[in-house]
Amino acid sequence: MPDTLVALYVFVLSCFIGYYVIWGVTPSLHTPLVALTNAISGIIIVGALLVTGLENVGTAAEIFGFVAVLLASINVFGGFLVTNRMLAMFKKKDK
Amino acid sequence: MEISANTQAIAYLISAILFILALKGLTHPASARRGNFLGMAGMAIAIVATLLGNEVESYGFIAVGVLVGAVIGTVVAARVQMTAMPQLVAALHSFVGMAAVLVAIGTFLNHDAAGSLDPVMMGELSAGIIIGAITFSGSVVAFAKLQGLVSGAPVKFKGQHALNAAIALATVALGVHFALTESMTSLVLITLLAFILGFTLIIPIGGADMPVIISMLNSYSGWAAAATGFTLGNLLLIIVGALVGFSGAILSYIMCRAMNRSIINVVFGGFGSESDGAPSAAGVAAEKGVKSASVEDAIYWMEDANKVLIVPGYGMAVAQAQHALKELMELLEERDVAVKFAIHPVAGRMPGHMNVLLAEADIPYDHVMEMDEINPEFPTADVTLVVGANDVVNPAARTDSSSPIYGMPILDAAKARQVYFLKRSMNPGYSGVDNLLFYQDNTSLIFGDAKDTIEGMVVALKGGGH
Repeated sequence: MPDTLVALYVFVLSCFIGYYVIWGVTPSLHTPLVALTNAISGIIIVGALLVTGLENVGTAAEIFGFVAVLLASINVFGGFLVTNRMLAMFKKKDK
Repeated sequence: MEISANTQAIAYLISAILFILALKGLTHPASARRGNFLGMAGMAIAIVATLLGNEVESYGFIAVGVLVGAVIGTVVAARVQMTAMPQLVAALHSFVGMAAVLVAIGTFLNHDAAGSLDPVMMGELSAGIIIGAITFSGSVVAFAKLQGLVSGAPVKFKGQHALNAAIALATVALGVHFALTESMTSLVLITLLAFILGFTLIIPIGGADMPVIISMLNSYSGWAAAATGFTLGNLLLIIVGALVGFSGAILSYIMCRAMNRSIINVVFGGFGSESDGAPSAAGVAAEKGVKSASVEDAIYWMEDANKVLIVPGYGMAVAQAQHALKELMELLEERDVAVKFAIHPVAGRMPGHMNVLLAEADIPYDHVMEMDEINPEFPTADVTLVVGANDVVNPAARTDSSSPIYGMPILDAAKARQVYFLKRSMNPGYSGVDNLLFYQDNTSLIFGDAKDTIEGMVVALKGGGH
């Protein structure tokens, strides 16, 4: 099976996982959900690392990659930390 | 140390599982924080596995980028106000979009230099650029609207839809041209047109439709990551992109359903603008025949009530009234009044916005109820206190088939024995629809800033009430 087709398989099956997992999320946590998915989509940093870290990378590609690493890194750190800050506020009534 | 491609693939698989478990953690507030930590672990594994892989050879730029990004991200996350969460999320979405564009262009340059371009990859690459660029400029517009840098009102002009369709077609055509010819000019044009398209797609959508827009852009940022995954042949990016893309899509669907509107209707503009220019509140009120009440009247009913239900809306966020509400809740509970909060899915500017603000004010989450849970309780409640919400309690959605909001699910606030509406003025809600609830016999309006009014109630209750 060609690689692109494997990728398509993975993509479609992941969509199904996403569908079932996300419907289980409680509505009261929808804002943290948006923040967490935001942090997770910072996974684009992997792409940025692959572009920037290539041996003999050209200057233009290196600069583009660098900015991408920077932006994605803000996303990863900012996203996870702000999610954590929000979730820490959700408390039960102390008895 | 360097790891083999197989080891890296296993690490990516573990990372993907951790991300799925992270999302699964959000099923309940009690497991949510652990979920977030699993997400962090997944991200750390993915980054380390990528750095140790044999494709990454130079580390200088990477170290600086990650470090600077980490500092900025950490500071912003620690400082941002909870009311500004929609803006922060919009800003972060734009970063993902821009990163996707840059990665796609960088990949093109690297493959061009190595002479290893192929049409399939370039098609995927154009898709990544288009989705990423739309995510970026759309999120920038959303950010500007939420931050108040531009008016939140929808911007509409004649031929808007035709223009968007033309830009979209041109972009796709250029994408095909690029994939077949490797033309650098086409690549640049695609990028520019997609940036413009993101702008023209989001600018006509009003501030009050933000919950849908935020969810949609959330979804786009996921698809952008997935498209990048296809370009790079990286399965982890594809998995994560699909999860995030679907999360945003489901949230968009939930938000639209809560407004009884189709996504098409939201995207292509439905309701009129939010009206400003308030006429003198009390004067209009008298003309229209509503009752206005004082803080004391409301306290008189609330202090001896069995059950008080509070309906917060965007007005609560604007007035920052959540902390005062927490005090009011405690004082009422001391008098054995049961207090609960009723949340409509589209209250606020992003999904779940109210829940976060109430949590910030230390209001326990088991006091905060979703629409379907709480609606059966309104007929047995003594008082409904509506704080900065409007359309979501308008009975016209049930009874008036000519109303633009007819069919929208609402909170049954009207069914309590007494309804108190905290309002700044007689402005209708964002739909521009008059609220039938104002004219109901058991409804009274308390005019003024929501926070001041609630603080007035707190003072009155501390003073022993009546």
